[in-house]
Amino acid sequence: MVPLSWYLLLSALLFAVGLYAVMARRNLIGMLMGLELMLNAINLTLIAFWRYLHPYNLGFQALVIFVLVVAASEAAVGLALILAVFRLRETEHVDELNLLRW
Amino acid sequence: MTLDSMAWLILVPPVLSFWLIVLFFNRWKRLSHGIAIGAAFLSFLLAQGIVVAGLRMGGERLGEEPIHSLLPWLPTGTTVLSLGVWIDPLTVALLFFVSITVLAIFVYSVGYMHGDPKYSRFFAFISLFAFGMFGLVVADDLLMLFIFWEIMGLCSYLLIGFWYHKPSAYRAAVKAFLTTRIGDVFMLLGIAYLYSQTGTLSYDVLFRDHAVLHQLATTPSVIGGLSVAALAGLLLFAGTVGKSAQFPLHVWLPDAMEGPTPVSAMIHAATMVSAGVYLVIRAFPLLSVGLESAVGTPPMLAMGLIGAFTAFFAATIAVAQNDIKRVLAYSTISQLGYMIAALGVGAYVAAAFHLVAHAFFKALLFLGSGSVIVGMHHHQDMMEMGGLRKKMPITFWTFVAGGFALSGFPIITAGFWSKDEILAQAFHAAQSGSWLGWYVYLLLALGALLTAFYTMRQISLTFLGEPRSEHAEHAHETPWTMTVPLIVLAFFALTFGFVGVPEDFPLLGKLFGGNFFHHFVGATLMEEEAPLPLNWVPLTISIVFALGGLFLGWWIYGRKPLKAGERDPLERALGKLHTVLKNKYYVDEFYNWAFIQPTIRLGAWVYKWIDRGVIDGILHTAAAAAMASGRLFGWVDRVVINGGVDSAARGIGRMGDEGRRGLQTGLVQDYIFILAVFVILFVLVYFVRGAGL
Repeated sequence: MVPLSWYLLLSALLFAVGLYAVMARRNLIGMLMGLELMLNAINLTLIAFWRYLHPYNLGFQALVIFVLVVAASEAAVGLALILAVFRLRETEHVDELNLLRW
Repeated sequence: MTLDSMAWLILVPPVLSFWLIVLFFNRWKRLSHGIAIGAAFLSFLLAQGIVVAGLRMGGERLGEEPIHSLLPWLPTGTTVLSLGVWIDPLTVALLFFVSITVLAIFVYSVGYMHGDPKYSRFFAFISLFAFGMFGLVVADDLLMLFIFWEIMGLCSYLLIGFWYHKPSAYRAAVKAFLTTRIGDVFMLLGIAYLYSQTGTLSYDVLFRDHAVLHQLATTPSVIGGLSVAALAGLLLFAGTVGKSAQFPLHVWLPDAMEGPTPVSAMIHAATMVSAGVYLVIRAFPLLSVGLESAVGTPPMLAMGLIGAFTAFFAATIAVAQNDIKRVLAYSTISQLGYMIAALGVGAYVAAAFHLVAHAFFKALLFLGSGSVIVGMHHHQDMMEMGGLRKKMPITFWTFVAGGFALSGFPIITAGFWSKDEILAQAFHAAQSGSWLGWYVYLLLALGALLTAFYTMRQISLTFLGEPRSEHAEHAHETPWTMTVPLIVLAFFALTFGFVGVPEDFPLLGKLFGGNFFHHFVGATLMEEEAPLPLNWVPLTISIVFALGGLFLGWWIYGRKPLKAGERDPLERALGKLHTVLKNKYYVDEFYNWAFIQPTIRLGAWVYKWIDRGVIDGILHTAAAAAMASGRLFGWVDRVVINGGVDSAARGIGRMGDEGRRGLQTGLVQDYIFILAVFVILFVLVYFVRGAGL
């Protein structure tokens, strides 16, 4: 059987990729995708811990379903916001969206 | 290598090829088609290996103990869902023709798609499709069948809309997807119903276990008068109606001809639409369980009624179409109707036989029409063709072979033997006093006449006479990658029928080993049906109808070929009826009026009243209330709070300077960066402390 640490490494890697995307992508949609990746990395961790440490505790699965639902709604709302921003500003680059400055 | 691992391995090359092309080799066109064809060839070798092994084992043994291998897949509470492969004589027959047609069409696509900007993508999609089809064929339970069924549906959608810059193409793709989805929903309901009743979806139990079948047939279902088996059978059959384009869900298939021609040949003629028929053949023990009356069980009744009607109905439409591919599309619908109707009268083997034979000659016809289309520089109107016989001799002769097989030209074509078996079975059912038998037989026999007629019309309009346009004038034969598959398929379209010659047919019956196909595939069923004794009445009628139809087509269209700009002679002869046929009985228009427009109107109504009226109304009221209270609070804010806070803020403002302002850039990624840095710092601190320092 694949050891637990492999799953954790994979999800850490996924999380890092996602975080990098959120931090470095200039495109809002790219950032959103990074965010989804991070959520999925977390899901993977949860599932791995569940399977290896507490296989009889369904709370993990419930939590994962919650994360999935939240991720889906977040994608929908996020995309709608991006669309709205794009319609207003004709750009989806975050460097140009700095209205919330002092 | 054992047979079950071979069956698993068939699935690997196509899906691997799909991912390789999609992920890595999208840019290299020659490499892409090399990978795809190599994968198809590997699958072909494995599949033929299984066929050879299966033939060597013999139908009896393979039917009694099919090769079955399971992999646990999805634990669900108390049980484990498995994926598995299942090889019985029916699977062997399917693998035989699927692997041949798939390989031939892959090779053909090299020629047909030459120069297309999305060349690699095309090969990726058809590889994925091949994966879906092989998976469906070797699946051992209904769930796995459904998964691969949907993979094929997806590929069909992607490939019909392959040239998505054409509005007609993407509309056709959406139409195909949605229409088949209607059937699929019912099918999924049927599968779920079976699972809820038996707790398993395995063929082994559902279609082979007498006790389970008997129980399903005797338990009444939620709908009065129907047993569980009948209701589930009807629901499964609804999936077939969608996938195999039977009336009333046939409308997607003609439009699906917007896709590239190899796709039409592979997905919409030879394999995917056959999957629907395969499903009902596979589920036949379930569909026919509890057979008492001569008319058959409710699912069989439905199959007989719908299949025979579709066979005749689509054949009449095909007579009046001018697009070379649309004629073939309606012909496909019609031929699939034959198979379904055959099952309706209980002709299990005949349906399977026609399924295989049809796959060969219809793939051949489609590829032939594709060759014509390439030769004609992508013009598809038969009225603009003519005289291609001399310009494209290989295409012409192979097309004639396929067309004659479709018409059921006696003795030397596969279509004759397979269609005749269906007609003989229907006639037998009619003779034994079933009105369904008469209904099926009459419609199918008339359909056979029409089939021969429109085939000859197509051959005459396309190949005979003089060129009727510039493009036909300059047509040229296609490259070898396209003609070689044609020749291979033509060989099978002519000779495949000899595996199923009735035993007591004079001379030939003995020569070709006494209806080998019947005994082999028939062994799939638990009680093999005995082949019918040869009956000369339906045989003579089908020969007369086939030859008569061909002759009639030649008489009207071939004797004195149309000149350029001349109108279809049928148009004068049939008058108004021809307009109705040409417009496909206005079924599309009716659906538009009955389903699509009401849906759009409902949507508009919901938008206007529910969205704008109710929901927005509530929101606007709430907003107005919030505005009012906001104004009140605003006053309080300005006068009471601001007065106090302003002075405090002024004090704080003095404390801040330009340097600290810089921290708030307004760029969200700067904040995320700071956040990440601090999280990492805290994690470090945590670890350092955790280590006890």
